[in-house]
Amino acid sequence: MPVNYIDMARTFKSNAEQVGLVQGHRLCPGCGAPVVVKFTLMTVRKLGFEPVVGLATGCLEVSTTIYPYTAWTVPYIHNAFENVAATMSGVETAAKSLKKFGEMPEDKKFAFIAFAGDGGTYDIGIQSLSGMVERGHKVLYVLYDNEGYMNTGNQRSGGTPTGSNTTTAPVGKVIPGKVQIKKSIVDIIGAHEGVYAATASISDPADFFAKVEKALNFDGPSFIAALSPCIRFWRIPDGAANSISKLAVETKYWPLYEIDRGVYRITRKPRQFKPLIEFLKAQGRFKPLLSRPDADKIVNALQEYVDKRWERLLALEEATKDKYLR
Amino acid sequence: MMNIDLKKSKAVTGAAAVANAMRQIEPHVVAAYPITPQTPIVEYFAKFVADGVVRTEMIPVESEHSAMSAVVGAAAAGARAMTATSANGLALMHEIVYIAASSRLPIVMPVVNRALSGPINIHCDHSDAMAERDSGWIQLYAETNQEAYDLTILAIKLAEHEDVRLPVMVNLDGFILSHGVEPVEFLSDEVVKEFVGKPKKVYPLLDTENPVTYGPLDLYDYYFEHKRQQVEAMEHAKKLFPRVAEEFEKISGRKYDFVEPYKLDDAEYVMVALGSTNSTIKYVVDWMREEGFKVGALKIWMFRPFPKEKIQYYLNGRKAVVVLDRAASFGAEAPLYEAVKSALYEATIRPRLGSYVYGLGGRDIVPEHIRKAFMDAIEGNLLVDEQRYLGLRE
Repeated sequence: MPVNYIDMARTFKSNAEQVGLVQGHRLCPGCGAPVVVKFTLMTVRKLGFEPVVGLATGCLEVSTTIYPYTAWTVPYIHNAFENVAATMSGVETAAKSLKKFGEMPEDKKFAFIAFAGDGGTYDIGIQSLSGMVERGHKVLYVLYDNEGYMNTGNQRSGGTPTGSNTTTAPVGKVIPGKVQIKKSIVDIIGAHEGVYAATASISDPADFFAKVEKALNFDGPSFIAALSPCIRFWRIPDGAANSISKLAVETKYWPLYEIDRGVYRITRKPRQFKPLIEFLKAQGRFKPLLSRPDADKIVNALQEYVDKRWERLLALEEATKDKYLR
Repeated sequence: MMNIDLKKSKAVTGAAAVANAMRQIEPHVVAAYPITPQTPIVEYFAKFVADGVVRTEMIPVESEHSAMSAVVGAAAAGARAMTATSANGLALMHEIVYIAASSRLPIVMPVVNRALSGPINIHCDHSDAMAERDSGWIQLYAETNQEAYDLTILAIKLAEHEDVRLPVMVNLDGFILSHGVEPVEFLSDEVVKEFVGKPKKVYPLLDTENPVTYGPLDLYDYYFEHKRQQVEAMEHAKKLFPRVAEEFEKISGRKYDFVEPYKLDDAEYVMVALGSTNSTIKYVVDWMREEGFKVGALKIWMFRPFPKEKIQYYLNGRKAVVVLDRAASFGAEAPLYEAVKSALYEATIRPRLGSYVYGLGGRDIVPEHIRKAFMDAIEGNLLVDEQRYLGLRE
């Protein structure tokens, strides 16, 4: 029975502590990350799993656990920046072993969840993540993708979009900000084959919950990349995380899809798309780019890119239909 | 020197001896990476797992960084977790080595001591372990394969003691011990299992009824106090080590201590060293004693916490002390020499001191080298501020 978000809201409205992340944390007002966490953990709870959470160093980690305080009401471990996947591999294996040794009830239903930002996922943590997926640990890795090193003041990452203005790839007189294209992280993880990998958006809770549910019931590692707007460095109003996420989906910037053991499926196909420029101009981080005389050329190239990528996704969906690799 | 009953012993490499200790300990989780460079320890252990000899879950991670990260996760979860490494692998773990200690996770890790790159080398020296000497891990050094086996078992009990809760590195010299065959007297599986017992789960992450937060951000208002607690835990390790060693003696008949004196009673000239070179030193001591020289040796079993009081006790009033280091500290005195010299600052009668660096990158050390260092001491030819080298072309 798929989880239903009206039911979910009823369950957790008066029972926020049970979700796992409570108020009092120091994330910026309007930040997307805690929504990503709550959508994930609400589904975990609703399905009767006991969450054990691991975090990579980043905004979410530093803002939720300043000693002697913690905003987490569920077991939580942070080790370092690049190793949440390896750390959770250890935690998950420990549970398996303790059960095998008869030191823990066999029927204890854990959900091991790793949360990490884009820096800890696309860049410094990708080796650890690849290892975890390849070895098949039953961990759900949730990327909250705020598209840069936002905790440390907006540095460029492998997840930063082309043309975004960051402190380490600023829009300058000669170079128009980041010139490279954002890594396609879901494809990278999906290519490990024995994995469930998906994108998600906080603007579409039903799709988000369904993917978490699928991930939790998947017999193996799973990965969800959730776009997670950063109020501060995307230069957007603090009530805009949801609307910007929605725009990202509507402009093909952040297509909602999944790769289940090699099988692509687009989970949301908007009837009409909006032009990418609407997504770009809604955010201050693209303002320096859009003020350049060559802005049109760059925006057109980006529009062509998202169009091509969408066509490719449709083709992959068609080509891989029912062809599960494992 | 340990008395080993050859009838009860088996001829094995240090790696096989340590792997056998791990088999008997049967940790819940072993995470290891086989290269950069690894040793046969993990290969032997993987076979035990594959053959169902142990129930241990093994994580064949993709790097040593992930090996240490995974054992941190497993140990925090409430499992007994081990790994093994060497040289650059240990260096790659470095960041998480500190986190393991500060999280007070009693992880035991055999380290096959080998030279750090660069240039890339792979042979024995102590540069790998010395780079971790301030990481908050207890460091033990084995002279023989028997000691490598014994110390691995003993380390579990020391690490997991509720007043210690610190990780332990059991150091054994690369190739010389790890790949060298010696007789080792193994304890029975039952005896080892009873000795190590079941690990006490202290704030296990997997206790969902009592959720804990591991690894919070710890700023200037508490970090310092937590570091102070680590200092204290090391003091506890120092206090409790003799008790754990005594318990181990009861099951094995083999006595361990912070240091091992060799022919020290009337010795005027004493050599101090770590690891397998002590066997060569003992040989030279015997040889020179036959010629009437009053020489002796002091082997360091425990380097961290550093047994300053024992150093003072055994070295105070000697005519001269020669310290052998299998690692250099570029721009400063070699690590063991520095520690011994510092300990002797408080001695009432300070011996003359000499520092000798030897064996880097696996360069062989032979009895003549050791004799030469002893002769320097005997002839009054030591300079406290001069670092000398044994077996080096200059």
